[in-house]
This record gives sequence, C-alpha cells and structure tokens, in this order.
Amino acid sequence: MRFMLLFSRQGKLRLQKWFLATADRDKKKLVRELMQVVLARKPKMCSFLEWRDLKVVYKRYASLYFCCAIEGQDNELITLELIHRYVELLDKYFGSVCELDIIFNFEKAYFILDEFVMGGEIQDTSKKSVLKAIEQADLLQEEDESPRSVLEEMGLA
Amino acid sequence: MPAPIRLRELIRTIRTARTQAEEREMIQKECAAIRSSFREEDNTYRCRNVAKLLYMHMLGYPAHFGQLECLKLIASQKFTDKRIGYLGAMLLLDERQDVHLLMTNCIKNDLNHSTQYVQGLALCTLGCMGSSEMCRDLAGEVEKLLKTSNSYLRKKAALCAVHVIRKVPELMEMFLPATKNLLNEKNHGVLHTSVVLLTEMCERSPDMLAHFRKNEKLVPQLVRILKNLIMSGYSPEHDVSGISDPFLQVRILRLLRILGRNDDDSSEAMNDILAQVATNTETSKNVGNAILYETVLTIMDIKSESGLRVLAINILGRFLLNNDKNIRRAMELSFALVNGNNVRGMMKELLYFLDSCEPEFKADCASGIFLASEKYAPSKRWHIDTIMRVLTMAGSYVRDDAVPSLIQLITNSVEMHTYTVQRLYKAILGDYSQQPLVQVASWCIGEYGDLLVSGQCEEEPPIQVTEDEVLDILESILISNMSASVTRGYTLTAIMKLSTRFTCNVNRVRKIVSVYSSSIDVELQQRAVEYNTLFKKYDHMRPALLERMPVMEKVTINGLTEIVQSNGETESAVLETKSPPSGLQPLSQANDLLDLLGGTDITPVIPTAPTSKPDSTGGELLDLLGDLNLTCSPVSAPVPQIAQPPFLLDGLPSQPLFSDIAAGIPSITAYNKNGLKIDFTFERSNTNPSVTVITIQASNSTELDMTDFVFQAAVPKTFQLQLLSPSSGVIPAFNSGTITQVIKVLNPQKQQLRMRIKLTYNHKGSAIQDLAEVSNFPPQSWQ
Repeated sequence: MRFMLLFSRQGKLRLQKWFLATADRDKKKLVRELMQVVLARKPKMCSFLEWRDLKVVYKRYASLYFCCAIEGQDNELITLELIHRYVELLDKYFGSVCELDIIFNFEKAYFILDEFVMGGEIQDTSKKSVLKAIEQADLLQEEDESPRSVLEEMGLA
Repeated sequence: MPAPIRLRELIRTIRTARTQAEEREMIQKECAAIRSSFREEDNTYRCRNVAKLLYMHMLGYPAHFGQLECLKLIASQKFTDKRIGYLGAMLLLDERQDVHLLMTNCIKNDLNHSTQYVQGLALCTLGCMGSSEMCRDLAGEVEKLLKTSNSYLRKKAALCAVHVIRKVPELMEMFLPATKNLLNEKNHGVLHTSVVLLTEMCERSPDMLAHFRKNEKLVPQLVRILKNLIMSGYSPEHDVSGISDPFLQVRILRLLRILGRNDDDSSEAMNDILAQVATNTETSKNVGNAILYETVLTIMDIKSESGLRVLAINILGRFLLNNDKNIRRAMELSFALVNGNNVRGMMKELLYFLDSCEPEFKADCASGIFLASEKYAPSKRWHIDTIMRVLTMAGSYVRDDAVPSLIQLITNSVEMHTYTVQRLYKAILGDYSQQPLVQVASWCIGEYGDLLVSGQCEEEPPIQVTEDEVLDILESILISNMSASVTRGYTLTAIMKLSTRFTCNVNRVRKIVSVYSSSIDVELQQRAVEYNTLFKKYDHMRPALLERMPVMEKVTINGLTEIVQSNGETESAVLETKSPPSGLQPLSQANDLLDLLGGTDITPVIPTAPTSKPDSTGGELLDLLGDLNLTCSPVSAPVPQIAQPPFLLDGLPSQPLFSDIAAGIPSITAYNKNGLKIDFTFERSNTNPSVTVITIQASNSTELDMTDFVFQAAVPKTFQLQLLSPSSGVIPAFNSGTITQVIKVLNPQKQQLRMRIKLTYNHKGSAIQDLAEVSNFPPQSWQ
C-alpha cells in the first residue's frame, strides 16, 4: 500500500497515512486530485479504479470515505477487507464510531492504524491482539498523566 | 502565561468558524501562542501543543516549526510524549530534510527500551519513514529484534526489516539467518509479517529465491500453514465471515506463486493445496473472492497441471457470473490471463459472460474478446467464428473502431473468405438491426459476393444463393429505418462493387445507384452520384476501380500484436488449418503467422511473455522464424518474402514500437566460459528512451549439446527487467544453433546498466550453474 486517506463527503481530510516518502507539495496535489476522482463516483460504481500508475480501493462508511492506493501486484479484494478491518477496530475502540470520533480523536485513529498496519502491510491479523495493544498503550499513557506518589508506589496510600 | 488550550477544545473552536478567513485567523492566533510556548521550552505542555499543531497541519496549514519539538518529545521519558512525538515525526518530518537524522539516536535507544510499547513506537516509525541512512544505522537493531521471542516485537521487526530492505537492498543478506525459524511461530501476526518479509526477499533476489526453495524447504512449510488454516475449525480471533485469517491466506498464496513460478518441483508440491483452496473457499462474500482471486493468479502463473488450470478458469467463469459490481475486475483479470494454452476455454467463459452480462460491460467485453482472439487464436477459422459470435451476440455494443479492424482481419484471411462471407450473409438474413454486424457483412458481401454465389465452400456446406437474393438483402438494408447512415454507406458501396462481381445484374445495380443519387442523405447522395458517373462516363474503368482489395497492412486493434506462445493445445490446431505443415516448410502459407507458430515447440514457458525478437538485422520479422526452434526444420535461411503484413512483435501491449534497425549500438559478449558464449545485442525504442531491448544469443562450441538451459538476470533496484520466453532450452553443439531470448530493461533514471546473470544447464551428464556479472554494457545502450 502506498497511502491511505480518510475524507468526508465535503472533501475534508480526516486522516492521511503515507507509506512512501513524498514531498509535502506532492502530497497535497495527490490528495486533492484523488479526492475529486473518488467523490465523483456514483454509488453503483465499482470500488476499484485505476488512477495514475496505481490502483485505488475505496469504500464509503456513513459520511467517511476510506481510500487506499495500492500497487499493481497488490490484491484489491483483500484491501477492501483491510479497510473493513480498520473500521471494525475503530468501531470497537470508540464504540459505534462516527466521523466526529475521528475528528476529535484523530491521534487515536492514527495510533490504531499504526498498530494495525506498518510500512503499508498488515502487522497483525487478529482484531483482539491489535485492540489489546492499544488498550495497554493507553494505560501507559494514563499512568503518565496521573503519576503515583511514592507512597502509592509502595502501596502505603 | 495561561495554560495552552486543550486539543479537543481547539478542534471544537475551529469547527465553529463559518468562513475560511475566520478559520485562518483562529489558526494563526493559536500558532502564535504555540510558538511562544515552544520558545519557553515548556515540557509540560509540549505534547499538547504538538498535537494541536498536527491537527492544524491536517487542515492544510504549515507546521514546520514543530519539527524540532517532535524530536524533543521523542527524547522525553514520558510515554505520552513519545507517542505524540513519533506521530508528529511521521507526519511532519521526511527524509529529504537532514533534521530527520536527529531521530536516529532516539530511535536506537527506544529500540532497546524496557517497555515493549516504546520499542513498538520506534519500530513503527523506522518502518514507515526511515531514510536509507537511518536504515543503515539501525538495521542491526532491527535484526536483533527479529530474533526475539516476544511476538509483539518480532512481527513489527519483520515489517521494519521489509522497509529496510526496500530502502537499502544490499542489507538483505543480514536478515537471512533470522528468517530461519520465522514460520514455526504460532502467532498469526508474526506469520503474516514473516511471509511478507520472505516475499520481499524472494522477489528481489533470485539467489534468495533459489535458497528458500531448495535449502529452507519453504514450500512445504507454507503448504502446511495454509492447510491448517483451511482445515482448522472456527477460530474467533482470526475469523472473517467464516474464513480463517484470509489476510494470511492471501499472502501465502502470493509467496507460493513466486516460489512455484518456473519451478516444477515447487509447483508440484503446491498443487494439492491450491486445488483445495480453490474448491473449498466460499464465494458468497468478498473475502472468499479475495482468496480465490489470489489463488487463480497463482495457479495460472506456476507450472500447474492442466486439471488445476481448468479449475482456475471455472472459478473465473463463476466470478463473471457474480452480480457484484466488482466483476469488472474479474473480467479484466480474465482477459489478462488469456494465453495460447487456455484461449479456447477462456473464450467459452467470456462469450457466455458477454451473452448474459449487463449492457454496461458488453462493449468492453467485446473489445477484450477481439483483442484476445487476435493475439491467441489457435486457427483462422476459430478466430472468424469467435468474431462472428461476438457480432451476432452483442453486435450493437461493438465499438465503431472495431469494424475496420475486423474487416482488415477478414481481408487478410484469404482462404477463409468464402466461409466468412457465407456466415455473415446467413447472420444478417434473419436480422439486420445490429449495425456493426451489418457493416462488416455488407462490406464482405460487396468484396466477396462472387464467392458467395459460387456455391462452393470448403469449411462448411455451401449455401445456394442467387445474385438477386443478395441484392435483395442489401437493398432491404438500404431502405430500412434501422440502418444508420454509415451502414447505408457501406451497403451502397457494396452494391456497387457487385456490379463487377456479379454477372447478371449490372442493370439492377445501376438502377439502385441512380435512385440514391437524389437521396436526402448527403453522404449517400454523393456516393451514388459518383457511382453513377462511373457507370456513365468511365465504365471502362469500373472493373479496375472495383477490383478485389489487396491484403492490407496490419495495424492491430491496439496498435500492437503478439505472437502466440504456444505449445500443447495449439499444436493440435495446426491440423485444422487449410495448409498442413508439409513437414519441412510450413512457412509456405506465410500469411498466417499464427498457424505457423502453432507448429513450433517452444519451451520453457513464461506464460505471459510470448516469444519476440525485434530483428536486429533490420529485415522482415519473418527472419525471426529462423531463430525459433521449429520442430519441422531448422530454418536458417531467410523465409521467402511473400507479401507479408510487416507487423511488429512486442511482448507488452503498452510497449512502443521499436526501430527495427540496430541503430549502431555495438554488441557485447556478456559471457564466454566452458564453451558457452552469450552475446548481447541492443536496441533502443525510438519513442520511449528509458527502454532498452537486449537480445541474447547463446551458443555452444563444445561437442555435446547443452540442455535445459535457463538464463536468469537481475538488475539494480532502479531498473525494471522483463525476461521473455527463450526460443528453446537446448543449445546444440558445435555452434550449430543458438538460443535467443529477449530482455527488456526499463531504466527511467538513466543509470549505468549492470546486470548479474545466472546460467543453469545440463552438459555431459552433469548439472552446471554459473553466476556472472555483466558490466561491459556500451554507453549507448543505457544513456
């Protein structure tokens, strides 16, 4: 996978993950162009399209488009499943996820994605495993935020 | 100074902006606040500020001033800081700026951190955006982690290694030892990422590929894992719609494809499991189809048994019948997989699809069938029949530009003219509403009307039709409301031609023509007037003007043609052609190149790449046949130059036409050892300067043949290589023959061409293998 984008029907970018080093200027251009292409698609059209030298796999979930750009030898059908898995992870984490969750907690969306996919490939095919890792990492964060006093550490308070 | 506002609050505030200007103002204000906060080196709120910056960056606003702050966060001890810091680094930093190198030390430390989630962050960042320098510095750490027993880290290390290899391919070797036990893991995450790593290594290096095939017995391991996935019961953790870990299944299938390609043993070892997957996978949902898609690709690419191939074709057929809107993919895949061996089977499925699919697909499907037929038709008759079927089945959906191509095709199939015109006539007798069909039919009837009424046909029982009956049908088409203007143009011209082909009805033709000289349709009127004049004033010229069309220059449907890569099935097709190979010179019927190749025995097979050799001596491409190892005779002399459509060969539909003269690039001897000599000759495309075509010629000066010869080549990463099928696998002794093979090199960065080649062959009873580096490429071949 070269990159993944999440954007709304109004063309607002909600997440962008690039797996290939690209200049900022180029990223903006590619995003703008691809958003236009995908937003112009009608509901009955195929989830796959050819764009530049890549294949694009996209699926719309409520108000959000999930869009992946993959290379020629990658399997589009399994990429659809990848997108679906990511949505499931978000759903489990946020509890009935909606676009607002992703807007207000975009960093969490990134954390979850980074636990699921690395360098464009899936890290772990088990939903349970990915969610557990996120949960544990969140706990670590909480411990940071409410540091236990020395007494607490010793179990005396 | 008051505490900087929280992230969520900022988001909420910005969302209340009603105009772009208002938003910009808010952003600027907040950026200023953040900047001063950064200046104060405030550790407490740095994380919050960077997070806000990342949000604003996503909205499209510049955030460079936060880069160093990300680095500071990464260096912090707090996990929260690191989490945001690394995220910021991945979003704001990139390898083009030197500042990213400052991360290297932090990452190194974090890779050795006591908390696995910190190690995970470091691996993730390195694996997503690590530059070549960073990868070089940290590869050792990654390698260490690849050997850990902690599966959480191991899976991440594997993908990180993939990234390192992509960035710095030379480092691939160092990860080899660590791959030894990767597939013994139970953890699916590790299994998946390991398969990805192994795939990357095998794809990049033929040596690795060979190593994994032979020494590591990778195929049996993969087969075992795949089998467990299919046979094991429900596993809630990895289940997707009743299928166990489809992601892993797909990756394994892809790796199997690479291992099985061109390797009989590996292909045989995976035959059963492929059949199992193919038959047991549910197709009701996308996930099952994803696996089947990959399975079909694998089956078609390896050296699978014919039974397995049939199974694959059936699966494709089922895909096509599926009502899902994603079947366009299946259709495209089907066309991509058609080759000389499976063309009959595939066409059956595709024609069935054409008949039953939604109208929106018919045009593409028809075009695809025409293309595929032209490339792989096992015989002329089959080709004409297939075209006929498409025209009759989907005649109104056929693209306009297909009509001239088809006409040209028919013209060039000289011995099939009677058969074709007869079939076309019969087709429009009942129904002349499908315009493309009628156009082709009219044209043919006009051209070959004499054959039509002759009452003789070799391919099928001849029909008895009179000149009047023919003119009747053509007139009906002219008059009919259903006929488009273009069609009527075709028909009128056809009628005119018949004035010289028919013997009894010249007056009738003259009458029809004069009627239309006052037609409202300007196009028809003009034609009719001209034809009328031909009758009146230039009658003596009429026969000459309306003479039979000569064989045309072949410009194929998409501009290029391929030669059939054939063995097995198409050999039997040779018997169908009208001029059977006389044993020594099947080349007498030189018009029909497709049939000729039906008689060749070309091995080994690289399924997607037909044989092709741009002729370096600049002659007609038929000289190519001198290089093919025809079973009938070693034709060393140039073939008799019968009126040949001078079409050009190419392996890829997208490749530009090549200049057929060597353009003066000096050849080189790439290898010369133990009696085996390999010469390279070069050609450059005159339309795509990045492409170089290398033709290798292998000769054998020893006294015994070299058999099972396989040539392999590898090029540096910035190049792309395509190896087409060799002319044969045997280099005869005493320099009495050569093997030729074409290599296409894509060199977009115009780098110095280097190549590593590997040769394997059998000689004097033993298996020989040799590796060599070719570095004496002349500058003109790559500059």
